[in-house]
Amino acid sequence: MFSELLVNAVAAGLLLGGFYAAVSLGLSIAFGLLDVVNIAHPVFVILGAYAAYVMNSRFGWDPVLAGLAFTPVFYLLGMAVYRVYYASFERKGEEALRGLVFFFGVMFIIEVLLLLQYGVDYRLVDAPYIGKSFQLGAVSIAYRLFVPFLGGLALAAAVYLFLGNTYFGRAIQGVSQDSLALRLMGADPIRIKTIAFGIAIATASLAGALLIIIGPVEPSIGREYIGRVFAIAVLGGMGSIGGTFAASLILGVVESLTSTFYGPSWSTAVSFGVLLLVLALRPAGLFGR
Amino acid sequence: MRGRTLLGIAIAVVIGGYLTTRFVSHGYFYFASYVILQYIMLATAWNILGGYTGYVNFGSAAFFAVGAYTSIVLIKAFKAYFIFLALAGGLASALLGLGIGYLTLRLRGVFFSIATLALAVVLQTAVINWEYVGGARGIYILRARSMPFFSSYTEFLFFMMVLFAVLSVAAAWWIENSWVGRGLAAIRDNEEAAECMGVPTLRLKLFATTVSGFIMGLAGAPFPYYVTYVEPSSAFNLDYAVNSLAMPMIGGTTSWLGPLVGAVLLGAAQQIATVTISSAWNLLIVGVVLVAFVILAPEGIVGLALRLARRKGG
Amino acid sequence: MKRTGRFWVRGWTLAAWLAAASLLSGAWAPAARAAEKPIKIGFGMALTGGLAANGKAALLSMQIWADDVNAKGGLLGRKVELVVYDDQTKPAAVPAIYTKLLDVDKVNFVVSGYGTNLIAPAMPIVMERGLVFMGLFGLAVNEKFQYKSYFQIMPSGPSPMTDWSRGFFDIAAKQTPKPTTVALVGADAEFAINAVSGARQNAKKMGLKIVYDKTYPPATVDYTPIVRAIKATNPDVVFVGSYPPDSVGMVQAAHEVGLKPKLFGGGMVGLQYAAFLARLGPKLNGIVNYDFWVPEPTLNFPGIEAFLKKYQAKAAQAGVDPLGHYLPPWSYAYLEVLGQAITATKSTDQKKVADYIRSHEFTTIVGKVKFGSNGEWATSRVLQVQFQGIKDSKIDQFHKPGKRIVVYPEAWKSGNIQYPYSSAK
Repeated sequence: MFSELLVNAVAAGLLLGGFYAAVSLGLSIAFGLLDVVNIAHPVFVILGAYAAYVMNSRFGWDPVLAGLAFTPVFYLLGMAVYRVYYASFERKGEEALRGLVFFFGVMFIIEVLLLLQYGVDYRLVDAPYIGKSFQLGAVSIAYRLFVPFLGGLALAAAVYLFLGNTYFGRAIQGVSQDSLALRLMGADPIRIKTIAFGIAIATASLAGALLIIIGPVEPSIGREYIGRVFAIAVLGGMGSIGGTFAASLILGVVESLTSTFYGPSWSTAVSFGVLLLVLALRPAGLFGR
Repeated sequence: MRGRTLLGIAIAVVIGGYLTTRFVSHGYFYFASYVILQYIMLATAWNILGGYTGYVNFGSAAFFAVGAYTSIVLIKAFKAYFIFLALAGGLASALLGLGIGYLTLRLRGVFFSIATLALAVVLQTAVINWEYVGGARGIYILRARSMPFFSSYTEFLFFMMVLFAVLSVAAAWWIENSWVGRGLAAIRDNEEAAECMGVPTLRLKLFATTVSGFIMGLAGAPFPYYVTYVEPSSAFNLDYAVNSLAMPMIGGTTSWLGPLVGAVLLGAAQQIATVTISSAWNLLIVGVVLVAFVILAPEGIVGLALRLARRKGG
Repeated sequence: MKRTGRFWVRGWTLAAWLAAASLLSGAWAPAARAAEKPIKIGFGMALTGGLAANGKAALLSMQIWADDVNAKGGLLGRKVELVVYDDQTKPAAVPAIYTKLLDVDKVNFVVSGYGTNLIAPAMPIVMERGLVFMGLFGLAVNEKFQYKSYFQIMPSGPSPMTDWSRGFFDIAAKQTPKPTTVALVGADAEFAINAVSGARQNAKKMGLKIVYDKTYPPATVDYTPIVRAIKATNPDVVFVGSYPPDSVGMVQAAHEVGLKPKLFGGGMVGLQYAAFLARLGPKLNGIVNYDFWVPEPTLNFPGIEAFLKKYQAKAAQAGVDPLGHYLPPWSYAYLEVLGQAITATKSTDQKKVADYIRSHEFTTIVGKVKFGSNGEWATSRVLQVQFQGIKDSKIDQFHKPGKRIVVYPEAWKSGNIQYPYSSAK
């Protein structure tokens, strides 16, 4: 009985972690690679969830499909946001504190726009796999969590391959380390960063779709994720995609185990406790460079 | 302005605060002002650490709540007098401040901010699971019907908040205009360089986090009497964290006047918005004003005013 | 923006910022309307924030009440006006709102906003001034205050905490085979914790063995670990105290994990809303949950149908629950009680009206209402409702009787329970 519970708890944690990876990847790019403290990232995820909701309830699209379809839109949105951010703060070298407040403001604005358009009611999507589950040995796996896990995995793999194997990808990794060298090579660091931030926000589209597959969404629940995504980005070692994915899984499993064996009430606190410990003992993160 | 003039103004404000309670009978006035005074304290406290020293605290709500819950414990255990509650709330929160002060040894910049955010979550969970102070269920704290020298307890609360707010702003003024403030500014501009120059950075940072924590706790301690029903989600409300950061940003972070101006303007605007335009628009205004200010007037209202005055002057 | 009577909407200009000064001098007075002075009823309501979905539905119902009354000539020959401010679901905003209503707007009566957290902060203010105070869905608010002019429309009953789940456990006691173990689980927030602690007392009284008793944070993403841990203890009865998003999460997880107790449900908020009823559909079958009103023949009180028609016609436009079976009738009824008391005493005197409410029975769209000495209903009318025979996700089926069967109490029973939970279809 106990071992079955343990196996299931770990499995549930891994599934949850895969989803956390989808939500955190964008922040890991923006915060870890570009040094942009995008505190509004979770609210972009909520925006993605509403896009999926609208396409699902109005046209019957599968939420994952809607999430993919909106990715280019979010990419452009991200580029636009970065342009404003760059022109207003980064160029003047004032990004640290003011940039943060800027994203706070962006968060409020997006939240309210969703509120005005769709109200405060919880929204859900419909898909044939929601509510079904399958058995894998002793483990029962709900599609509602399995699909987001796959989504997170695919997203992480795609970003990982992109960063490692393409010209732009390598340039993005370069920009975080040495933008001067990049400029000498003939690449415009601002353009590279704009593209990178666009990609960061683009991941929020799919992440939002995955979020609304898991459960109901209302405009302000993004706030619940702020702490968690930053925790993951830091634990993952700032900008390391593999590290982010691993950190997501660890957080998911820790939460799930606490939830199963100790008491769900402490599950969030435990993951933040882990974060505090890591910050105090190893500020570069578990998988720091 | 010279210290003596300001001292005169401070005393005048406190006396004025008391006289107000003699002449104004509107309960609304006191409750609305209470909220604004509370924000003056939070913004001032945040700015001592954030504006002067450059360490951004995302966890103001935790400090506020520690003040509030300390006074709940004392009310429940000893029915303690108000002034003890306030001092104990401040001290408990100051202790927490000292704790995060030591965090600054290892954590700079955004990492420090994230740590304060995490701290708030951990503390909130602890309070949720602490039955004695009501846990997640919340707890009722009834305020006394009357108070000597005041016609109601609300007026007494208002007066105490005036007093606390004046003291907080005075503390900020003192820090800013003493060697402490110069040391903190050196840390903000370049911590390594300051260390090399012989600035006692750790002691100064600990001082800043402790004072900042004390004032936030002091702001939170009367909260149970103000709201009469406290539960973790209202004491740890994100509002406190956001406002105590946004108000100095809007007012200006370089001087004691900035948080004061920001808190009065934004606090009053929110109060007015609550009873006029209502609903989602309130939130939208905060967002738009924030974005507009950090883009267009990054030095805050006070900085903007100074710049305009300078331009006019020649 | 909705307008109710006089819901002053002013243009937002930069000048308003400077109006801070006028606020501090207390000169924020709205222009008084001359001539026939209306009876003003003021309140704060959650129109944004966590409780806004319910708050907005309540406000719509209250507007319908005001329209109905005014169509019949008002109260005491005076028009009724509602003055409402958005409390943003923030308890800290409540004291200022109620003092503004009383000191500046000079309303004749105040009633409460929605929810315990937002009722409690207004209590000291109404008590200081000796006002009659109708409450809308606060759980055991008056236990600490002991204020005699407070009346709660939510029919929890004289001892709200335990009355809430008494029915659920009474049902359990009557079944064969008789359940012997219970799991209690609830969200870390005010209502859920209270519901669970009441359930704990009832379970102990009934002699059930408590095999699981834990809480979870409201923002939990995945409920399967919790449900799996519950399943591992193999309880006969599972009592859940939850808020809307977690109610959905718990029901979904229960199906995915295969949780099959004999009795499942209890205090799940949200299973009364159209959006969730439709989305969960057949997954709801067999769940026994609290409710206050459902469209069953035993509860077909005069006036309720007409009210729901008006409400449903406006619901889509207001962006609120299209069904309106949960909070709306009660937010209409608590004003009905106040209105009837004003008419009967021919007075707007607080004490007279409060005395009348305390000593009389009222006929409202939610049935006969009589308050006990602590301001709660004299006898509990918490219903236990079982979802039965739901085959698809169409919302129409919930407008009609037959899907949500009242199985408790006897007086309002409309059908028999299907027991155990797993046998219900």
